[in-house]
Amino acid sequence: MTTTATRPAGAKPRAAIEAKTLRTDRWWLAPVLTVIGLTAWVAYATFRVFMQKLYWVDAYHYLTPFYSPCVSKGCYPAAAEFGRFIPDNPLIPFAALSLPFLLLFRLTCYYYRKAYYRSFWLSPPACAVPDGHATYSGETRFPLIFQNAHRYAFYAAGLISLINTWDAVLAMHSPGGGFGFGLGNVILWINVIMLWAYTASCHSCRHIIGGRLKHFSKHPVRYKLWTWVSKLNARHMGLAWITLATLALTDFYIMGLAANWWPDLRFIG
Amino acid sequence: MTLRQFKVWRGDAAGGELNDYKVEVNEGEVVLDVIHRLQATQEPDLACRWNCKAGKCGSCSMEINGMPRLGCMTRMSTFEEDETITITPLRTFPVIRDLVTDVSFNYTKAQEMPAFAPPADLAPGEYRMQQIDVERSQEFRKCIECFLCQNTCHVVRDHDENKPAFSGPRLFIRAAELDMHPLDARHDRKEIAQQSQGLGYCNITKCCTEVCPEHIKITDNAIIPMKERVVDRRYDPLVVFGRKILRRDQLAATVPAGPTVHAGPVTVADGQAPVDFGRETRPPQPAEVNAAGHVNLNEMLSDRAAAASPFGDDITFPINPNTLNYYHPER
Repeated sequence: MTTTATRPAGAKPRAAIEAKTLRTDRWWLAPVLTVIGLTAWVAYATFRVFMQKLYWVDAYHYLTPFYSPCVSKGCYPAAAEFGRFIPDNPLIPFAALSLPFLLLFRLTCYYYRKAYYRSFWLSPPACAVPDGHATYSGETRFPLIFQNAHRYAFYAAGLISLINTWDAVLAMHSPGGGFGFGLGNVILWINVIMLWAYTASCHSCRHIIGGRLKHFSKHPVRYKLWTWVSKLNARHMGLAWITLATLALTDFYIMGLAANWWPDLRFIG
Repeated sequence: MTLRQFKVWRGDAAGGELNDYKVEVNEGEVVLDVIHRLQATQEPDLACRWNCKAGKCGSCSMEINGMPRLGCMTRMSTFEEDETITITPLRTFPVIRDLVTDVSFNYTKAQEMPAFAPPADLAPGEYRMQQIDVERSQEFRKCIECFLCQNTCHVVRDHDENKPAFSGPRLFIRAAELDMHPLDARHDRKEIAQQSQGLGYCNITKCCTEVCPEHIKITDNAIIPMKERVVDRRYDPLVVFGRKILRRDQLAATVPAGPTVHAGPVTVADGQAPVDFGRETRPPQPAEVNAAGHVNLNEMLSDRAAAASPFGDDITFPINPNTLNYYHPER
C-alpha cells in the first residue's frame, strides 16, 4: 500500500494535454495493412465461393478447400465425397456445411479479434491512440458476448481440418487411376499442414488441452501437450496470415488447373 | 555530448502546457537521466517519481513520444539526433503535478480483489507445490506495478466512465495468478473476474502486453486463459449440462465461498475475545497535505523529517497484534 500524495476528494482531472496522441511513429501502418489484407482476402474468397465452377480437377481429383466438403446437388459427382444433399442455388455455397463454421472460427479467433477491433473498428487503432467511439462496453453484452463461442467453432474447425486432410489424401491420384503426385499435391499438403497448425495453435485449444488445469504435476501428458500447443500458440498471428495465404493460393492454383491456364507439374503419374 | 530538443508537460490539476527545453544528452543515457539533468540545470521544481533507475521499481512511468514507457528503460539512442522528444504524464490517471499522477485507482482495485485463500487442511509450513504447478503463476509475480498496462488500456484510458466496472490488466494477471495457484482454495475466481472485475470489457487488443516492461504475456497467458475459464463456467452448455447431471454444483457449493482460515484451536487468552477474522482493517491514514492539496515537499514546511509513512502517520510500530486479522495457529 502506498500513500497517495493528496487526500482523495472526488474525481480529479487528468493532465490537460491537447494532442489526441503524441505518438510520432507510423502507428497507422499496421491497421492499414490489416484492412488491405483482410479486405482483399474476403473479396477473393466471396468471389470464389459464389463462382460455383473451376473448383475440381477431375484428372487428379484436386478439390479446392473453398468447396470442401462439396455437398450441394450442383457438385460434380466425383467431387462429392460425402454425398449431395444441399439444394443447388447460386446463393448457397457448395460447401455450405463447413464455410459458416470456418467463418465463425476466424471471426471469433483471439488474434483476428485483435486485428479487426484495431483496424476496422478503431477500438483502439493503436496503443495510446484514442478509441474511435464515444462509449465502450467491450464484449460484455450482445452481440459481442458471442465471441465466447470460439470454443465451439474450434471443435467444428477440427472436424473440417479432418475433411481437408481426407481431400489431400484422395488427391494423390493419377489420371489413369492409382497413385499420383504432382505440384498440386504439394500445395494441398502444405495447406492442410498449415491449417492443422493454425487450428492447434488456437487459444481455446491451448485451454482445453491443459490450460484449464490447476495441477500440471498431476497430468504429465496433458502438461506436455500444453507446452507444445503453447509453442504453436505464440505463432498464432503468423499462422493466421499464413493460412489465409495458403488457402487463397491453393484455391487459385486449382482454379488455374481447372480452367486450363497452366498444367500441373507431375512427379509421379 | 549533444543538445537535444525536449517538450515536457508541466502543470497540475488546474491545467498545464508542454514547455520546450534544450537539454544536454550524453552517450548511454536514458530519458530519466535527461529529466534529472533538466531538474538540476533548468527546472528545479519539476516533479517526477523515480527510485531504482533499473526498471525494477515501476516508479518512473511516463509517456514518451506518446507511448507509455519507463523513463529509466528508454534509451536516448533509440531516438534520432534531431528528434524532439515529448514527455507527458500518464493520461489515464488524475495528474498531481508535472509528471506525477495519482495512481490510487490501481490500489483501490487491488483492495477489492479477494486475497489468496489458504487451504483449510494445511497449516503454514505444510504447503508443498511442484515447480511446474507454480511456474505459470510466477510469470505474473514479475509485475513491478508500473501501471503502464493500466494506463494504456483503452477501456479506461478513453472511457473514464468504465473505471468503476473495470479492474484492468494488472489485476487480471493477479486473478489468473490466484486461479492457477495450486493451493488457492477459492472456487469463485472466474465469477469474480467476470462479474466484479469486468473481464468482459477487454477486447484483447493486446496493448497491455505491448507496453509491459517486464515482458509478461498479459493477454496470452492471463486474460485469454481467464476468459476461457469463464467460458468453462458460464458459456459452455456441455459443461453446464455436465455439472447439472453429475451434480457438481452441489459439490462445489460445499466449499466455503469466503476466505478460508487455518483450522486449529483458537485459544482465548485471559478471558479476551478470540480474533475476529471478519473485522474490517482500518485504512491507512493518508499523508498530511497543505491548503493547496499538495504534500509539503519542503522539509522546512513539513512537521516531520523524511517522507510520509506509507502505513499512515498515525500508526506506530510495533503494531499491537490484537488489531490484526491474524493469529498464529501454534500459539
